[in-house]
Amino acid sequence: MSPAEELATCQAALAGALGEAPTVGGAAPDPAGAAAPAGDAWLEVPAARWREACRAARDLPELGFDFLRSLAGVDRPEAGRIDVVAHLFSYRHRRALVLRTSLERAAPELDSVAQVWPAADWHERELWDLLGVRLRGHPDLRRLLLPEDWPGHPLRKDWQEPAEYRGIPTRREARATAGELAKQTYLAPRGLGRDPAGGQPDGGGGA
Amino acid sequence: MSAAGDRPIIEAGPEGGFALGPLDGLLNLARKHSLWYLLFGTACCAIELMQTGGPRADADRFGFLFRPTPRQADVLILAGTITYRMASRIRRLHEQMAEPRYVIAMGSCANTGGLFQGSYSVVKGGDLIVPVDVYIPGCPPRPEALLEGLMLLQQKVEREPYLRKIRGELPLPADPWPAGKECKE
Ligand code: SF4
Repeated sequence: MSPAEELATCQAALAGALGEAPTVGGAAPDPAGAAAPAGDAWLEVPAARWREACRAARDLPELGFDFLRSLAGVDRPEAGRIDVVAHLFSYRHRRALVLRTSLERAAPELDSVAQVWPAADWHERELWDLLGVRLRGHPDLRRLLLPEDWPGHPLRKDWQEPAEYRGIPTRREARATAGELAKQTYLAPRGLGRDPAGGQPDGGGGA
Repeated sequence: MSAAGDRPIIEAGPEGGFALGPLDGLLNLARKHSLWYLLFGTACCAIELMQTGGPRADADRFGFLFRPTPRQADVLILAGTITYRMASRIRRLHEQMAEPRYVIAMGSCANTGGLFQGSYSVVKGGDLIVPVDVYIPGCPPRPEALLEGLMLLQQKVEREPYLRKIRGELPLPADPWPAGKECKE
């Protein structure tokens, strides 16, 4: 089966499950399969039906996408959107699929698919951490890579790096003096990694 | 037989040897040959750190033994990229070490943030969070370079007026964290 046919098969199967056909986006695969497409084509799913579509992609026998390769986000400030892209693979059919959905950039929210593919758990935490996408129904939506009290979501294109984080300068202009080191507050007096305002532990289990 | 400054004179004889010198020098002689480092690494440099402890570079022969707990360690080797999330842990480890304690920044990342300087999540140098005694360039430094750094630290230890410091006649190395500010659990 050519990539174009495979995509059409997936589209038809998902259309059957959702009651509406997902649109094809990106470089349409060459029907003859001769020239390699410029990138993967994808199926665009409405955000409201994201979990449904993912579940169908996993469970329908003709799709059988049992493996989540990656789940990532794209910030498009000029369009006011944040896109979420899932790369799937089916071991049964030896076939890949890209699913994509688009969210309102001002308040991006999406249903978690951690129940569909457990691998999505940490990917979604990363989505929250770096792009600020809230995942509804996620079992444990904490930041993955950055400290809990980090300001903002740094993969947003308009994110500005603050001059310091808890007293540690974020630019290397000079070696910190003893006095500057003394002013740093990131090691709170009580308990490791709890922010002074009494917020959440930052997931470090203590030392 | 020669004596340089506070360094003790060591003589070996047929009936055994003797060492003669100021007590400071003798203590430093013992201290510099038992600089135990904390087995701790945060990124790829830690692989070279392990290699340095292995049989080929054999850091043990200088008295550099690794310890698995900061409470028994004299030297903290910052081996690898330091993220802001890790910074508080490193600071905590450093505070758990007893004075006198030393810090070696190993590799570009620990020196300046290295190739991750432009990253939002990486601390731009270990000396922004703990006081550093020796900087070792390289990405990663070879075990030889780390050994050289450790030997430089030995030279520093050797020259310290240790006894006068612990007797309180000289201030301890500028303590950036005044007593009572932290860790008063
Ligand atoms: S200096 Fe190089 S080898 Fe060392 S931690 Fe950084 S990137 Fe890795």
